[in-house]
Amino acid sequence: MSELTKLTISKALKALKEKEFSCLELAKAHIEQMEKYKKLNAYITETCDIALSQAKIADQNYSKNQERKLEGIPVAVKDLFCTKGVLTTSGSKMLSNFVPTYESTVSENIKNQGTIMLGKTNMDEFAMGSSNLSSYFGHVINPWKASDSSENLVPGGSSGGSSAAVSGFLAMAALGSDTGGSVRQPASYTGIVGMKPTYGRCSRWGMIAFASSLDQAGILTRNVEDAALMLESMMGFDAKDSTSLDVPVPNLMPACSKSIKGMRIGVPYDLMKLDGIDGDIIKMWQDTIDAMKAEGAEIIDITLENAKYSLPTYYVIAPAEASSNLARYDGIRYGLRPEGSEININELYELTRSNGFGDEVKRRIMIGTYVLSASFIDAYYLKAQRMRRLIYNDFNQAFTKVDVILIPTAPTSAFAMDDKQDDPVTMYLNDIFTIPASLAGLPCISVPAALSTNMLPLGMQVIGQALDEYNTLRVGAAIERLFSHVNFIPRGF
Amino acid sequence: MSYIVGRTGNWEYVIGLEVHAQISSKSKLFSGSSTEFASAPNSNVSLIDAAMPGTLPILNEYCVHQAIKTGLALQAIINTYSVFDRKNYFYPDLPQGYQISQFYHPIVQNGHIDIMLEDGTIKTIRINRLHLEQDAGKSIHDQSVKYSFIDLNRSGIALMEIVTEPDLRSPFEASEYVKKLRSILRYIGSCDGDMEKGSMRCDANVSIRRSSNDPLGIRCEIKNVNSIRNIIRAIEFEAARQVRLLENGEKVRQETRLFDANNGETRTMRLKEESEDYRYFPDPDLLPVKIEQSLIDEIAKNLPELPDAKINKYITELGLSRYDAEVIVADESIAIYFEQAIKDSNPKIIANWITGELFSLLNKHSITISESKILPLMLGKMVKLIEDEVISGKIAKTVFDKMFETGMDPDNIIQEYSLVQVSDIGLLTSIIDEIIVENQQSREDYKNGKEKLFGFFVGQVMKKTEGKANPALINKLLKERL
Repeated sequence: MSELTKLTISKALKALKEKEFSCLELAKAHIEQMEKYKKLNAYITETCDIALSQAKIADQNYSKNQERKLEGIPVAVKDLFCTKGVLTTSGSKMLSNFVPTYESTVSENIKNQGTIMLGKTNMDEFAMGSSNLSSYFGHVINPWKASDSSENLVPGGSSGGSSAAVSGFLAMAALGSDTGGSVRQPASYTGIVGMKPTYGRCSRWGMIAFASSLDQAGILTRNVEDAALMLESMMGFDAKDSTSLDVPVPNLMPACSKSIKGMRIGVPYDLMKLDGIDGDIIKMWQDTIDAMKAEGAEIIDITLENAKYSLPTYYVIAPAEASSNLARYDGIRYGLRPEGSEININELYELTRSNGFGDEVKRRIMIGTYVLSASFIDAYYLKAQRMRRLIYNDFNQAFTKVDVILIPTAPTSAFAMDDKQDDPVTMYLNDIFTIPASLAGLPCISVPAALSTNMLPLGMQVIGQALDEYNTLRVGAAIERLFSHVNFIPRGF
Repeated sequence: MSYIVGRTGNWEYVIGLEVHAQISSKSKLFSGSSTEFASAPNSNVSLIDAAMPGTLPILNEYCVHQAIKTGLALQAIINTYSVFDRKNYFYPDLPQGYQISQFYHPIVQNGHIDIMLEDGTIKTIRINRLHLEQDAGKSIHDQSVKYSFIDLNRSGIALMEIVTEPDLRSPFEASEYVKKLRSILRYIGSCDGDMEKGSMRCDANVSIRRSSNDPLGIRCEIKNVNSIRNIIRAIEFEAARQVRLLENGEKVRQETRLFDANNGETRTMRLKEESEDYRYFPDPDLLPVKIEQSLIDEIAKNLPELPDAKINKYITELGLSRYDAEVIVADESIAIYFEQAIKDSNPKIIANWITGELFSLLNKHSITISESKILPLMLGKMVKLIEDEVISGKIAKTVFDKMFETGMDPDNIIQEYSLVQVSDIGLLTSIIDEIIVENQQSREDYKNGKEKLFGFFVGQVMKKTEGKANPALINKLLKERL
């Protein structure tokens, strides 16, 4: 493997500026690595031609000293960001032939800063899943393997293609989207950094919707500084999204080197007692707490009383919105359309949707349809909305006493591909630590902080106050420094 | 109020109306696409209107202003907080698979409209709500045996749904309500009210009961009632159908029925049990609509004079009858015409000419007032000529017809056709004397008490002067000479 792919974005930018190598060389190194690790199935669509032509332009910009902020950085784009002229599937058979005529705001934003697109990454169908097992385009394999087994592991989900690509050096960064943990959990499973900013920071225009009130673009990178750098370009007000926040984008890079001395770190100790959390996770959590104390941070016990209701709340609201968001896939205007001219409109709907959607998507559409139905909306959807408000209030309450909150990202390390598949509810439990911040729309980051006893990466999560990406990154970077002695590169890479 | 006379006695109509009024706006409710009528199919369709993946709606503020303006004109409460909800159902011309509407928190509530009944009394019809929503596209089924076609030009155009309480008690009241509503919308410019183009569409909820003291009966919703005449036809047919059912000991089923304008009948579209569960919930792509009181005040300040205020002004300040005032105000172009015509002549007389001669000629030639060759100032001038006794009322009729025909100024017509009133006492006296000589017997009879013969002498004078003699002067002189 070329050493070029191992660089961080900051280092690569510096080297490109100093003409140590060219953008074309950097792009080619990544294309080579993509070729070598095709079996990971991280990409649904590789766009090598686009990457090479963009790299040439990037080199010209460097030679004219007109380089942009991210000039020449090869990145991957999760396949739910619409990319003009490039197949965009959202991991679904339904959109297996869909080529948008428009570009998502977030992918446009980074492109305008000079990034190079290597391809579109695999994902759980319509971002519904925590394992990447629901993609129509096949499973993604985690570059990591446990020390005690040769089984293939899942890369997490739904941004599993993105996490595998970044972890396996198939891209320097990858766009992801996070509805209930879809950036953070795969980052945790693959030993990389994953950050989701405050809801409304990144425009949702051109992001194929799963659950509109929760969907937020995020970034997967190999270190915290790179995440900060990428986010500075991704975020920003967009008049094309009514829920986009019209606030200035802060400088985030300085946060990455700032000490956490004197910061107040909240720890919801009661969540440690939840069932199903691995001993390794508890140990990482405790080790992180201790290390931060040693750094001069103040650890404060907080309670998020209603966090335990996050899962049922999320699994009512998200499917409800999804059932409506996915109604547009009807076979009329684009996407899959079954053959057969003698069918009537109801048959067309039935054939389109029963063929086009996978099991997990169908399950969530049915749950969503049920919880919104006239007879059950009070008992489910409206109650879940009230619970969401209480969870939000819990966070607000906690943030009167603390600057950030520290919890693990996932209750376990990456699991094997054939585990847990039969029971959706067990699968849903994976999101227990990521969902509360999603429901409250808060910025949060997962940073690798430990290896499990069988040598798999584990991520710690920092949750910040609304719009406080700065302190979220600041504490994330501190965790990274504290555990810099641990090697988070998958064996063999 | 009018009753339906059934076999077993009288029944009362109970009617509520839902009017969909297309907002006059250059662009759609949530996209920048044009709303131009009769454009080539699918030419006014943005990514949003076609519900492409990842696209998002952006609220058109102008449409919100139009709704506020309309709410104010309906003397309703403008809710400073309202929310867009999704109404979920599948239909090929509904690209999103849901319609964005306002279900739980509409922008306008509790308004009313006053209508005039047949006997001249005023009745208030309560308006429950006005909310904003998107229109759907159009399905076209008659272009192919095999396929239906979809035109999304209309998809996403802004509508105001205006819903009454069940306050209407006859087909006449229903049609008066729609006419009044249309007039108001046109005055304020929030909807062109063109029912033929579908920019105003009406659904009617109809039930019947024995008397006002009874609870409401089971209602049927009649869809697709898209002209004033059809509102009356549909309600009459539907109520008669319900009377027949109940008088035969059957029950009315709650259902949605479709009006067929070809045969004037309603037929079952779907039963209540078959009606869809729309799964309304707040649209997470849109923020709640928060309206500042200052915006409402600003719009209120710029509201034009509304029909009711105009009617009152015409009655109290200009002395018009309520009938004339209602008729003139109903159509803003007529009111404008009227106000221009009365600048320096008698409003009552002008009103009579407009609602009488002018309306009948407009009807006869099937043209609108703005197409008439008689400009308002010409009518004013003509009435002034009558008041100044330059022409008689009778001659005026001739002048009026000539104006309508040619568009010539009344002065020129009088000149060209020598229609000036004869008020020359000497001339008239000699004519009268001539007539008396020719009709000695009639004069005798008149003097012996046959007073009716006075009219005969007036007629003779008019005949000799070709109708131009000043009638008042004839009367005076005849009385002296006979």
